[in-house]
Amino acid sequence: MSAVIEEHHDEHHDHKPTGIGRWLFSTNHKDIGTMYLWFSFIMFFVGGTLALVIRAELFEPGLQFIEPELFNQMTTLHGLIMVFGVIMPAFVGLANWMVPLMIGAPDMALPRMNNWSFWLLPGAFGLLIASLVMSLMGMGSAPNFGWTFYAPLSTTYGPDSTDYFIFSVHMMGISSIMGAINIIATIINMRAPGMTYMKMPIFVWTWFITAYLLIAVMPVLAGAVTMMLTDRNFGTSFFSAAGGGDPVLFQHVFWFFGHPEVYIMILPSFGIISQIVPTFSRKKIFGYSSMVYATSSIAFLSFIVWAHHMFTTGMPVATELFFMYATMLIAVPTGVKVFNWVSTMWKGSLTFETPMLFAIAFIFLFTIGGFTGLMLSIVPADFQYHDTYFVVAHFHYVLVTGALYGIFAAVYFWIPKWTGNMYDEKLGKLHFWVSTISVNVLFFPMHFVGLAGMPRRIPDYNMQFAEFNAIASVGAFVFGFAQLILLYNIIKTIRGRRTEKATDKVWEGAEGLEWTLPSPAPFHSFTTPPTVK
Amino acid sequence: MSAAIRVASFISLMLVSMQSWAEYQLDLRPGVTSFSQGAYDIHTLVMWICVGIGIIVFGAMIYSIIMHRKSRGAEAASFDDNLTVEIVWTIVPFIILAFMAVPATKVLLAMEDVSNSDMSIKVTGYQWKWHYDYLGEDISFFSNLSTPIEEIQNKATKSNNYLLDVDNRVVVPVNKKIRLLFTSNDVIHAWWVPAFAVKKDAIPGYINESWFKTDKVGIYRGQCAELCGTNHGFMPIVVEVKSEADYAAWVSGQKQQAAAAAESATKTWTKDELMAHGKTVYATSCLACHQASGEGIPNVFPGLKGSAIAIGDVAKHIDVVVNGVPGTAMQAFGPQLNDADLAALVTYERNAWGNDTGDVVQPADIKAAR
Repeated sequence: MSAVIEEHHDEHHDHKPTGIGRWLFSTNHKDIGTMYLWFSFIMFFVGGTLALVIRAELFEPGLQFIEPELFNQMTTLHGLIMVFGVIMPAFVGLANWMVPLMIGAPDMALPRMNNWSFWLLPGAFGLLIASLVMSLMGMGSAPNFGWTFYAPLSTTYGPDSTDYFIFSVHMMGISSIMGAINIIATIINMRAPGMTYMKMPIFVWTWFITAYLLIAVMPVLAGAVTMMLTDRNFGTSFFSAAGGGDPVLFQHVFWFFGHPEVYIMILPSFGIISQIVPTFSRKKIFGYSSMVYATSSIAFLSFIVWAHHMFTTGMPVATELFFMYATMLIAVPTGVKVFNWVSTMWKGSLTFETPMLFAIAFIFLFTIGGFTGLMLSIVPADFQYHDTYFVVAHFHYVLVTGALYGIFAAVYFWIPKWTGNMYDEKLGKLHFWVSTISVNVLFFPMHFVGLAGMPRRIPDYNMQFAEFNAIASVGAFVFGFAQLILLYNIIKTIRGRRTEKATDKVWEGAEGLEWTLPSPAPFHSFTTPPTVK
Repeated sequence: MSAAIRVASFISLMLVSMQSWAEYQLDLRPGVTSFSQGAYDIHTLVMWICVGIGIIVFGAMIYSIIMHRKSRGAEAASFDDNLTVEIVWTIVPFIILAFMAVPATKVLLAMEDVSNSDMSIKVTGYQWKWHYDYLGEDISFFSNLSTPIEEIQNKATKSNNYLLDVDNRVVVPVNKKIRLLFTSNDVIHAWWVPAFAVKKDAIPGYINESWFKTDKVGIYRGQCAELCGTNHGFMPIVVEVKSEADYAAWVSGQKQQAAAAAESATKTWTKDELMAHGKTVYATSCLACHQASGEGIPNVFPGLKGSAIAIGDVAKHIDVVVNGVPGTAMQAFGPQLNDADLAALVTYERNAWGNDTGDVVQPADIKAAR
C-alpha cells in the first residue's frame, strides 16, 4: 500500500504536456489508451452510419436509395471499419489503459512504439475512408468486394482504390503487430513483484493470448494483400487461374488469418466479462485456472479450423470432416467459460449496475451466437446456411452482443477510474435496455430470413423476406441512435459537473491493483511497483 | 425499468398484431431431395440440442439473478473451484458433440457421392448470369434474370417471383440423378437451390461437382450465394423438374429452336428488325453495367452514349463486343451470343441514345469478323 500513498504524492509533481503535443507525441499509456478509445468510438459512428444506409435500403424490396454498386461499397466498408477500426482499436485502448494498472507497471514497456502504433491508424482509415468519399463525389469506386475481399473479385476485377485498400491494411497490420508486441513485452517484464502468471487478472491473461494470436496471423494477412498487390500491378498470378494460380489459395490464406482474427475480437471481451461478473457477484471468479486453460485451448483450436468458412468450395470430403470435427471441439472450452461465469454468479450477492447488465446480456446473447456457430460447423447443414443471413445473424450476435457488449461493459466499469467521476447510472441503464431490446429486434429476425433462403450481401430481395427485413431495419435505427445516449453519458462523465465523484475502489466488490489507485488514476502511476502477496 | 417494459410491450404488441404469423417463414424447409431432408434433420437435431442446453444454462442464470440478488439479502458464498463439476462439464459436451457428429458425417458422405449419375449439366457462372451446358446433348444456353427493371426501380408492381425469375430455366427429368459440374468464367459465384440443399462455389479454373435427384415435379428457385460484383443480387437460378415425357418434349423443342436460330443468322435483316431485337439483347446482356440510358455507372462501367467506340469505327466496336476487354468486367460476348444477336446488338448500340450513326451491321458481318 505504501506505493499507492507515494503515488498520490507524486501526482503533484506531474508535468503533463499541454496542447496538441500532449497527444501527438504522447508516450503515456493512459493518453494513448484514451486516443485509441476515442478513435474507435468515432469509427463506430462512421461504420454505424454505413450500416444504417444498408438497413434503409433493405427496409423494403426494390432499389430505393442506393444503387447495387454503392451498396457493395457500403457492406465492404462497414465490415472493414467495424472489425479493424472499432473492435480491435477499442481492445488495444483498453489494454493500454488497464494492463499496466492491473499488473502494477508504470507504463507500457515500449512507449514510443505505442505512440506510433496508434498514429498509424488515423492514416490507415483516412486512406480507406477517402476512397469512399471519392466514390461519393463521383471519382472512382471504393472497395466493393466485401470485407473478405476474395480473389479474383478483388484482384483482376477490383476497382483502382483496391491499391489504397492494400496499403491501408498494411498499416493496420503494422499497428496491430506493434501493439501486440508491446502488450506481450509489458506483461512478461513489468508485472509487480509477486504477481506470478497464475495470479494475473483474467483480462490480462486473455489479452496476453490475444497478442500472440495477433503476432501469428497479422503477417499472414499482410502476405495475402501483398500477393494481391503483385497480382494487380506486377504481373504475378498467385490467385489467377488463367496464369496458373489458384483463387482458392486466397481463401485458405485469408481464413488462416481470419479465423484467429475472430478470436482476437472476442477473447479480450471474455477477459472483461471475467473481471465484471465476480465484481458484481461479490465472489471470486469460479475456476480461475480452467478459464486460463480454456482461453488457451480456444486460441490453439483457432489455428486448425479455418476451412470451415470454405465448406462450399469443393474440398475433399476428408478435409470437410476434419474441419467439422475440429470446429465442433471449440464448443467445449467455450462452454467451460460460460459455465464458469454462471457458477461465479451462483450463490453470489448480485447487484445490477450498468457494467453487470451488459455482462449478463453478453453471456446470454454471446451464447446464442455460440449455438448458431455450432450449427454452422455441421457441414451438411452449413451447405444451407452458408452465405445467407443466418451467418450474418450469427456473427453479429458474437460481435455486437459479444465483442461490442464487452467493450460497453468495460467502459462503464472503468470510466470512473479513468475520469474520477461516476457515470450517470440512469442513462447507463437506459442505454442498456434500449440497446438490448433493439439489437435483438435487429439481428434475431435475420436467422429467419437466412433459413428461408435469403443470401447475404444483396441490395434487393424477394417479397417473401420483406416482413423480417422491415423489422430488422426498425431495430437497426433504434439501436444506432441509442448509442448517442452512450456518447452523451461519456461526455457528461468526463466534464463531471453534474456527476458524483468516484471513490478509489469505485465498486463494492472490486478487487485488483487498479482499484488501489486514486480516481482518476494519476498521469503516472506505480512508479514504485506494489507488492502482490 | 418501466420505460424498458413499455418499449418491450409495444414491440410485442406490434409483432402479435401483424396479420398472420403463418406467412412468416421461420425455419429451414425440408426440401425435395434426400440431401435437403438430411440437412433439415441434422439442422433440427442440433437446434433442439442447443435449445435444451440453453434452457439449462439460461435457467440457472435466471434463477441466480432472481434468488441471489443482494437486494434480497443474499450473502456471497466463498467457493471458487470444484474439480468434479469442471471435469463433468468438459466431458459431457464431448459426448453431446459425438452424438451430433455421427449423423452429420453420414449425411455428408451421402451428399458427396456423385457416382452413377444419369446425366450431367455443366454450370458456368458469369457476371451476372448462369450458363448451362447439357453434356452430350448439344443443348446449351444462358439463363438471365427476367424481372423487368421497372419492378426493381419501383415503377411497376412487383410480381410474385420478383428477382427469382429467369428467361431460360434449367429443365431436368424427375427421378434421375443429375450430376452438376460447376465452374466460372470470371469471379467466384455459388449455385444454390435451397429445395435441393445444393450449394457449390463456381470457381474459375476449378470444376466442382454435386448432384441432386428428386421425385417431385415442380419449379425450384435459388440465387447466387457468393458476392460476385455489382449485380450479385440479380442472378437467380430456376430449375424446372419435369416428367420424363415432358422433358423429352422440351429437349426436342430446344433442338428446333437451335435450328431456327442458325437460319436467322444467314438472312439479311432490316434496320428496324435489328433495332428491335438489339434492344432485347441489350436488356439481357448489357443493361446491368451500361444501364438503360447507355450512360453506364460513372467510373465503374463506361457509358456507350456518344462513346468513342460506339460511334467510331464499326470493326473496332464489333471487336470489343465479340472479344471483350481482357482484365476488365467487359466480357467476350462472341461465345455467348449468336451472329444475329450480336449484329442486332451492335446496330442498336450505334443508333440508340442519340448515337445515330446510321450504321447497320448484319449477321454476315459478325461472321466475317469472328
